[in-house]
Amino acid sequence: MPKATKITKGPLKGATQDDIHEFYRMMLLIRRFEERAGQLYGMGHIAGFCHLYIGQEAVVTGMQAAITDGDQVITGYRDHGHMLACGMDPKGVMAELTGREGGYSRGKGGSMHMFSKEKNFYGGHGIVGAQVPIGTGLAMSNRYKGSDRVCLTYFGDGATNQGQVYEAFNMASLWKLPVVYVIENNMYAMGTSVERASAETELYKRGISFEIEGEEVDGMDVMAVKKAGEKAVKHARSGKGPYILEMKTYRYRGHSMSDPAKYRKREEVDDIRSHRDPIEGLKHQMIDAEIATEDELKALDKEIKAIVKDAADFALESPEPDPAELWTDVLREAEAV
Amino acid sequence: MPQMNMMQALTSAMDVKLAEDERVLAFGEDVGYFGGVFGVTRGLQEKYGSSRVFDAPINEGAIIAMAMGMATNGMRPIAEIQFADYIFPGFDQIISELTRIRYRSAGQYTAPVTIRTPCGGGIYGGQTHSMSPEAFFTHIPGLVVAMPSNPYDAKGLLISCIESDDPALFFEPKRLYNGPFDGDPNKPQSSWKDHPKGEVPEGNYTVPLGVADVVREGSDVTVVAYGTMVHVALAAAEAEGVDAEIIDLRTLIPYDIDTVARSVQKTGRCVILHEAPRTSGFGAELAAQIQEDCFYSLEAPIQRVTGWDTPYPHAHEWSYFPGQERVARALKKTVEFA
Ligand SMILES: Cc1ncc(C[n+]2csc(CCOP(=O)(O)OP(=O)(O)O)c2C)c(N)n1
Ligand SMILES: [Mg+2]
Repeated sequence: MPKATKITKGPLKGATQDDIHEFYRMMLLIRRFEERAGQLYGMGHIAGFCHLYIGQEAVVTGMQAAITDGDQVITGYRDHGHMLACGMDPKGVMAELTGREGGYSRGKGGSMHMFSKEKNFYGGHGIVGAQVPIGTGLAMSNRYKGSDRVCLTYFGDGATNQGQVYEAFNMASLWKLPVVYVIENNMYAMGTSVERASAETELYKRGISFEIEGEEVDGMDVMAVKKAGEKAVKHARSGKGPYILEMKTYRYRGHSMSDPAKYRKREEVDDIRSHRDPIEGLKHQMIDAEIATEDELKALDKEIKAIVKDAADFALESPEPDPAELWTDVLREAEAV
Repeated sequence: MPQMNMMQALTSAMDVKLAEDERVLAFGEDVGYFGGVFGVTRGLQEKYGSSRVFDAPINEGAIIAMAMGMATNGMRPIAEIQFADYIFPGFDQIISELTRIRYRSAGQYTAPVTIRTPCGGGIYGGQTHSMSPEAFFTHIPGLVVAMPSNPYDAKGLLISCIESDDPALFFEPKRLYNGPFDGDPNKPQSSWKDHPKGEVPEGNYTVPLGVADVVREGSDVTVVAYGTMVHVALAAAEAEGVDAEIIDLRTLIPYDIDTVARSVQKTGRCVILHEAPRTSGFGAELAAQIQEDCFYSLEAPIQRVTGWDTPYPHAHEWSYFPGQERVARALKKTVEFA
């Protein structure tokens, strides 16, 4: 079967073989990258805060497939997956984690604060919820400039309770702004489960009083994400205003590296890992559809591990930024004391 | 006497007040079930139930404002803001409502809210987990601002804040939770065990608001510090062999200018330390007041050793942090100034 032809039946229907391979490759890249980041953290090469995206890979991979070059992406601090999906270089991301000159913010930002103007990635924001009105502003600028660009604005279930989210929702709907709000509901905000923090736990309904349409999506299924993403992006791009997608997903690791995750049961994690894993799921579908073999996927894994190893090597070899660098990009050049 | 680290001393302060005063409650993000991200409220929900110790959604603005609402109706809420860097969604409520209700109601209402929040660097927190934003708050009339440097003071000051009829912002230098920290990141983590200020009584006692502590008497130079920088000052003076008089302010508002001025009048020299950026930092206020009160005693320009006028960087945390070397340099320069 030629790789560019569309698959016509089964769960992968509608995508090309190339697409599917790319989804698989991207999700695996994110997973292996994050595993490596976790190791580097454990070895003391990454310090401070580091929030891994493991388990949620299908969300950014599917959403990225639903947008086109020039659309914007903005998110919170659990951002490594978003950056890789945007096409940012794993080396530059990893080197920012280790606080080196080769990092996207030259070591000044760290895990939570990275950007790429080239890839239209607007960060990387450590303050919960802050990115939501900012993403809405990006959408406003698109409208003002008369471009047909859409902004994907990601945030967590915990962030949905911040007041500024609703200020943004109202304006986005009032002015029909081209923004897609992607709520990554991984069931927990640090140690607080959605039920313990939210009166309305079906988060896709959070736009109802602002007349924003929303829907729930299986965020562990990249094809489901892509499909819902395409619909939402089309809606926003065509001038109908914002759209909310609630991605039902899960983070396998603790909130950050220092979180032993005692607020949930081991079995809950194991159950989702063994039944809903986005990468394993796609792998089975690919093998069933006979568009990949175990051996091919193993070879791909090797290839990805090599990319991640290069990124890690780069992140350790890149020098620390010159201390003088820390004084640039403030407002004026300040003087060291 | 029991030995406690700073976290245990703070837990104990809340425990004491929750036990003796029904009007006291504690809440914030991950405060109840999880016991706080640093564990400062650990065990309190089990002991006092989830109507008195509970979790809030991620809503700093409403957390602070709801605490105010409760407080104006006679309660004494303790609200935790998980990191001082996250307090800004609540900044408006602090400035426009919480700190003005007494004044604007001509004293009919007061808002005895205590906001606890960890501050400062030293844990590689980067831009959004390392701030020392105290100066924003010392600029607001009507707010007590405290920052302890040890477990004993932490408990006594926190109880004073809870018992005070005024709103209080209580900064907890997170680098001191587990042990005193003298600014040298290469030393192993020290402990509050065996430290005299790690001895903390079980029951209720207070450390008064507005009274500084002279932690080291000396004659060469006065060092004014608070929080983590108290320990850095002690180590730097020791290393440099300077006979410094080191003052731990303990509360920034009200601040004990009498103790500071008396000392500067004695030594004739003064160095002010804080971790926060220099420009418009609290050191600027101190320097201005000291020169007004001690003009004829001063024998050298007042020096400030502070964080940089930049965001807290992820890389080079220890270059930003005003460590022993920078403090020692300022001490030397001030003492040798002729
Ligand atoms: C304004 C603000 N308040 C609190 C925090 C601390 N904090 C960081 S992440 C987090 C939980 C957020 O959970 P969620 O939005 O579900 O995202 P997830 O971590 O699950 O990806 C909290 C409370 C913060 N960074 N900013
Ligand atoms: Mg979450």
